[in-house]
Amino acid sequence: MFSIKKFFKRLLIPLLILIIWEIVSLKINNNFILPGWEDILPIFLTPTAPLFGGPSLLFNTIVSLERVIFGFLLAAAVAIPIGLLSGWSKEVYEYSGSIISILKPVPPIAWLPLAIAWFSIGFTSIIFIIFLGALFPILLNTIDGVRNVRKSWLEAAETLGATTFEKFLTVIIPGTFPSIWTGLRVAFGVAWMCVVAAEMLPGTSSGLGFLIMYVYNLGQIQVIVAGMVVIGIIGIASDMFFKFGQDRLFDWQGKE
Amino acid sequence: MNNQILELKGISKSFSDASGSCKVLADIAFSIAENEIVCLMGPSGCGKSTILRIINGLESADSGIVKSKGSENSVNIKSTMVFQDHNLFPWLSVFDNIAYGMRLKKRYVSEEKVKEMVSSLLSLVHLEVFSGSKPYAISGGMRQRVAVARALAIEPDILLMDEPFNALDTFTRRELQNEVIRIREEMKTTFLIVTHNPDEAVYLADKIVILSTSPATINEIISVPLKYPRDTSDPDYVMFVQKITSLIKATGTNGRS
Repeated sequence: MFSIKKFFKRLLIPLLILIIWEIVSLKINNNFILPGWEDILPIFLTPTAPLFGGPSLLFNTIVSLERVIFGFLLAAAVAIPIGLLSGWSKEVYEYSGSIISILKPVPPIAWLPLAIAWFSIGFTSIIFIIFLGALFPILLNTIDGVRNVRKSWLEAAETLGATTFEKFLTVIIPGTFPSIWTGLRVAFGVAWMCVVAAEMLPGTSSGLGFLIMYVYNLGQIQVIVAGMVVIGIIGIASDMFFKFGQDRLFDWQGKE
Repeated sequence: MNNQILELKGISKSFSDASGSCKVLADIAFSIAENEIVCLMGPSGCGKSTILRIINGLESADSGIVKSKGSENSVNIKSTMVFQDHNLFPWLSVFDNIAYGMRLKKRYVSEEKVKEMVSSLLSLVHLEVFSGSKPYAISGGMRQRVAVARALAIEPDILLMDEPFNALDTFTRRELQNEVIRIREEMKTTFLIVTHNPDEAVYLADKIVILSTSPATINEIISVPLKYPRDTSDPDYVMFVQKITSLIKATGTNGRS
């Protein structure tokens, strides 16, 4: 499934960009506009070294990841049960539907001022933003998943004697799992974007978003690029993790 | 007929939607004896499946009664359904699919008993090797056999089958029909099978109930007194198939408006 040809095709354009980048940076010869890779790559070689009096690249990465995972898990713990119930019961959806529709289109970053007012700058408000960003993809995918569970599976369960509660436990939940997983996958991506944005706020003192703003003030553009590369790599890695899980856990999907 | 397991009397049913109400069943009455195979036939869309769903409790009748073994007015026999589209749970293995009904709370079956029962059902339908496979990994005929085993696992008094072999090729179909006959012998199960295939009905049934359409009423009930296993080239067999085919053709055109 993963041939060398395919691998090369995927790598071709990124490689071209790197080469053009390097050529342009040599032409411009100004590190404040476009640093060359000879300045960016060494940062990855010493990931634990303190950067310009601030925390190291590795430390900032770990801090951001911790925040994302915490906020993401919190969102999952809230969204999955509410989503299952809202999808299953018309009654619950009638109560929860309108508030979900109103809040869904608000970008998580728009909550920042309120988050700061309520929780002040720091861990809690960052978690709050991540939570809001991750909440809706999980919630909406879960509701959708429950609705798309085949009626015929429920009938099969019923004809074998399952009660309503048993149908919920043994058909709705496993039948919705693939959609929940898709929701988690999307949500993690959103959460990762939220954390970087929230950490850019003045007053934070760690995280990849903080690092980028901190070194920007010091004019160290090569560190900004290094930070962006780390953000991108973690984004790809998490997506691959979820994709891998999907293929392993829900091998039956699309083949029923 | 002695030893009746199920009797339907005056069953009527209408469905209503935006365009008004539509009567699908009118005064349906027939009975099924223990260990009998009864086939239900009629033009498509005449309400055959609805009858199964009423017996199974997935729908309720507007009027009429379903009398069961020894009791009036209530369905106290255990019935379960096998659907045209096997309807297996795709996330469960073959083993767990068959065990599904037994593991439900109200049955209080110990896990040891479940294992024992599933093993014997797996050998009944010749699928021991596929115990751990997921449904998507086995063929259509095997899936339908798992569906039959899953239904038998809750030890139903009557097995309701809704065009169970429709999606299968001719050979697999015959193979499964033979299995129904064998299971009837071995497990003393009673079958009510909806089919639109006259050959299938004559091959399987002790009795064939033919319905007319819109609304469905009983057109004719035909006993098939041929010996099992039935020989499809036997002149009597051919005669029954022809008779039923022409009966259904006739009801089909009468019903058309």
